[in-house]
Amino acid sequence: MLKAEILDPQGQAIANALPRMGFSLSPVSTRQGKRFELTFDHEPTDKEIAEIKKAAETLLANPVIEIFEIRMER
Amino acid sequence: MRVGVVTFPGTLDDFDAARAVRFAGGESVSLWHGDEDLAKVDAVILPGGFSYGDYLRCGAIARFAPVMSSIIEGAKNGLPVLGICNGFQILCESHLLPGALTRNKGLHFYCKDQELEILNNTTLWTNNFKVGEKIVIPLKNGEGSFQCDDKTLAELEGEGRIIAKYISENPNGSRNAIAGIANAAGNVVGIMPHPEHAIDSLTGPSTDGLAFFTSVLKKMVNA
Amino acid sequence: MSLDTVEIAAKSPAQTQPWRELGLKEDEYQRIREILGRRPSSSELAMYSVMWSEHCSYKSSKVHLRQFGEKAPATDVLLVGIGENAGVVDVGQGYAVTFKVESHNHPSFIEPYQGAATGVGGIVRDILTMGARPIAILDPLRFGPADAPDTKRVLPGIVAGIGGYGNCIGVPTIGGEVVFDETYAGNPLVNALCIGVMRHDQIKLAKASGTGNLVVLFGAKTGGDGIGGVSVLASETFGSSKPAKRPAVQVGDPFTEKVLIECCLEIFAEDLVIGIQDLGGAGLSCATSELASAGAGGMLIQLDKVPLRDANLSPEEILMSESQERMCAVVSPEKISRFLEICKKWEVVSTVIGEVTDGKHLVITWNGEIIVDVPPRTVAHDGPVYNRPIKRPAEQDALISNTTKSLAVPKSGSEFRQILLDLMASPNLADKSWITSQYDRYVQGNTISASPSDASIVRLDEETFLGVAVSTDANGRWCRLDPYTGTQLALAEAFRNVAASGAKPLAITNCLNFGSPEDPGVMWQFSESVRALADGALEMGLPVTGGNVSFYNQTGSVAILPTPVIGVLGVIDDVRHAIPLAYKKAGLELILLGETWEDFDGGEWAHLQKHLGGLPPRVNLKHEMRLGKLMSDSRDQIVAAHDLSDGGLAVSITEMALASKIGAIVNIPENHFVHLFSETPGRILIAIESDQVDNFVGRAIDCEITTTKLGKTGGDEINFENLFSISIAEMREINSATLPRLFG
Repeated sequence: MLKAEILDPQGQAIANALPRMGFSLSPVSTRQGKRFELTFDHEPTDKEIAEIKKAAETLLANPVIEIFEIRMER
Repeated sequence: MRVGVVTFPGTLDDFDAARAVRFAGGESVSLWHGDEDLAKVDAVILPGGFSYGDYLRCGAIARFAPVMSSIIEGAKNGLPVLGICNGFQILCESHLLPGALTRNKGLHFYCKDQELEILNNTTLWTNNFKVGEKIVIPLKNGEGSFQCDDKTLAELEGEGRIIAKYISENPNGSRNAIAGIANAAGNVVGIMPHPEHAIDSLTGPSTDGLAFFTSVLKKMVNA
Repeated sequence: MSLDTVEIAAKSPAQTQPWRELGLKEDEYQRIREILGRRPSSSELAMYSVMWSEHCSYKSSKVHLRQFGEKAPATDVLLVGIGENAGVVDVGQGYAVTFKVESHNHPSFIEPYQGAATGVGGIVRDILTMGARPIAILDPLRFGPADAPDTKRVLPGIVAGIGGYGNCIGVPTIGGEVVFDETYAGNPLVNALCIGVMRHDQIKLAKASGTGNLVVLFGAKTGGDGIGGVSVLASETFGSSKPAKRPAVQVGDPFTEKVLIECCLEIFAEDLVIGIQDLGGAGLSCATSELASAGAGGMLIQLDKVPLRDANLSPEEILMSESQERMCAVVSPEKISRFLEICKKWEVVSTVIGEVTDGKHLVITWNGEIIVDVPPRTVAHDGPVYNRPIKRPAEQDALISNTTKSLAVPKSGSEFRQILLDLMASPNLADKSWITSQYDRYVQGNTISASPSDASIVRLDEETFLGVAVSTDANGRWCRLDPYTGTQLALAEAFRNVAASGAKPLAITNCLNFGSPEDPGVMWQFSESVRALADGALEMGLPVTGGNVSFYNQTGSVAILPTPVIGVLGVIDDVRHAIPLAYKKAGLELILLGETWEDFDGGEWAHLQKHLGGLPPRVNLKHEMRLGKLMSDSRDQIVAAHDLSDGGLAVSITEMALASKIGAIVNIPENHFVHLFSETPGRILIAIESDQVDNFVGRAIDCEITTTKLGKTGGDEINFENLFSISIAEMREINSATLPRLFG
């Protein structure tokens, strides 16, 4: 996700589109982000988890403008 | 005077950057992304385009190319590096320059002849301009909005490292209308608009862009 | 599901097959059985069904399109004519230019962004496959009314798709048209034209010859994109009551196309291919059968070697897949490793999937079993040929007799002023920057002029300044009134736009957008249009090098206005001397070339009042040719020029003034209304230095072109003396506000 202080024009466009399309939602914030899915055929080892974190920090996200969260789903 | 122009998969304006180098009186050398060898060039240009399709983020994949490790090393030792558009994005992703380029505020890709004001003429790429000079060069991008935190902005402004600002219109929503910045040493410069498309009034809005290229050649002769 | 092999097919003649669901007619299915001497296997059925669809086989149009060959003018510029992926013309200095226009109408209605993007991708590959570097794109676009909800749905997506794809592959989009008309509501027209350049000896053809030569599939992996897309979408209209087939829109990846372009050009430079074909509509079915047909006929393909994105695809689906960014080449065994090496350099997936054989059949196997064994010509070329019934519509006479004479004629200066403002604010004539600024016009650094100029001009050679100019035009309203004349008027206008820029027209391409060929009235329009274009091409001495037919553009039983888009390519020996649109200084003389008659039927003034009736203006191709000659002979004298079309002289003067940012003071001859707004063809407005006027007028007399001195450039308003005036600032505001207001 973009950091809160970075302009998110896509999130804004979505926020503007919701009422235009007749939805009666009024969220306090609408943001657009990315989701990366890495699927393994085994439970990742601690070493692999550390590598995933490194990959997230150096490639998948740009820490200058983005924050990220890693979640495991089985 | 040999200026390397890097080609990544998806780079588009390498040919035009090479032409600009020739127009300025230099010799352009084609550098392949997969090759660490910089062929002993005197300066490097990272041209515009959509390296790796801008997938993931603009420049995010290109920054890990083998040629980049040599360029990063060279830049630390004073090698002049100019990043144009996608090149600027790659320099930010590589942390050779601070900040990042994000989606245009209007969300559309935007191609127009943009008015800029040159604010710094001490860098290796801008010394042939006068401070305050107004130029018109093409701007064409979808992710050209320069963003950085307050601390970085204070540094850039305090140290005079903003080399150009958009005037008359801020088409992509860049913070403080920043169009281009330099590193502290002044050898690495990133600029969002395309000087290589403003070297010949037959094909561009002006010849205002040529000075970026003559600047570095002048510096190299004098060095 | 077990594999349906040729062997099984031969042994089970009575098995029912879903030929109807695949879009075939009963007699076509029987014909396939006759050709093969047995029932087709399911893979063969899939191949025939896509290749014999309207979009691929041109079954309804072939009998008419023959005229382009039969009436072809004698010419020495044609290097490759109709029949190949794109036509190629000699432009001098050893350069060959290939160009073609194609449609992607139905996919763009379904998914605007991807439909338009893949339309661009497809035409670019057609150009690439000829051996050329693609150097420019033009996009003639037609939408329903600008303020209609569905237009707001399709237009932004289509424009974003063209820009998104074209910009990312590094080909400048520099021209085209944007037209709004009720007729296209529900049937937007997305036509894409691409130009490419190469040296004469680099022309590549789609030919598989030489026993033992290898067939290589390279580019993107194959997935389930567009399965059945071709036969589904092009053979059915929307809102019909037949059972719905699976909607099928292909997704484009411009990054893959860009590396494919660079990879191909390196391969071409080392002369590594014997034949090459891009994969477009009908995917592998088309590429293999066309390559094999062009050779001696024998080819063996191991379909299981095709690299897949989706491992669950059946052989039939692989054959029908329209996954984008794929090419198929024939490479000799000595050159294959270098070929594969170049692909590896660019990280382009490449796989040898077969070879040329000494047989006469295209044989395709799946894990060793033969699933296709056909004579390739019967698939690719000897498809059904229909002679569709033709009938001039009964209401045509009533339409023609309802002329604009029934409309009230404005008489005062203030009325004229209001009409001009209404025209310049109307979506058709409004400033199109909202659209064109989404396209990169600068990449490759050779764009000399782009929208809104009359012709798009690209430099080919940095040393000699050789260049080409292209323009497209169509007028659905005029074609509805008289398809023959309307088509020739479109040809005349595209020709005139090229000539007005100082270039010499050389060749024609066309994209014929019509309703259903099963409607005899539509077939009448189509046959008249093709006849007109063939006759016109012959009269003007310009060969038709190729093009595209898009049928079934209709909603229910209502067809779109017949919209044949004509593209003209010209050569200019020195782009530094191209004639621009803007006059850039005050004090120049403005001269109107050509005569003005009362021509309002089907024009923009009538459109503002929702009137369509009467007859289009008379067309005079010989006059257009003389006018073109005058322009190119006087190229160095003419400072600026603009052709007259929609809205007539008042609009042309206004457009020149806006582009120049300098006004004009002109004196309009009586009858004022006619001179201001009539749309008589064959006219160009020029700006020229006063001391050149006499010499120029003399030259015009020699060319039998009448000249009318109108006035001078200068000031900050457009002043129609004694009638009305309007400031450039006010006009610009009104003209620029329309599209942003409508589309944000």
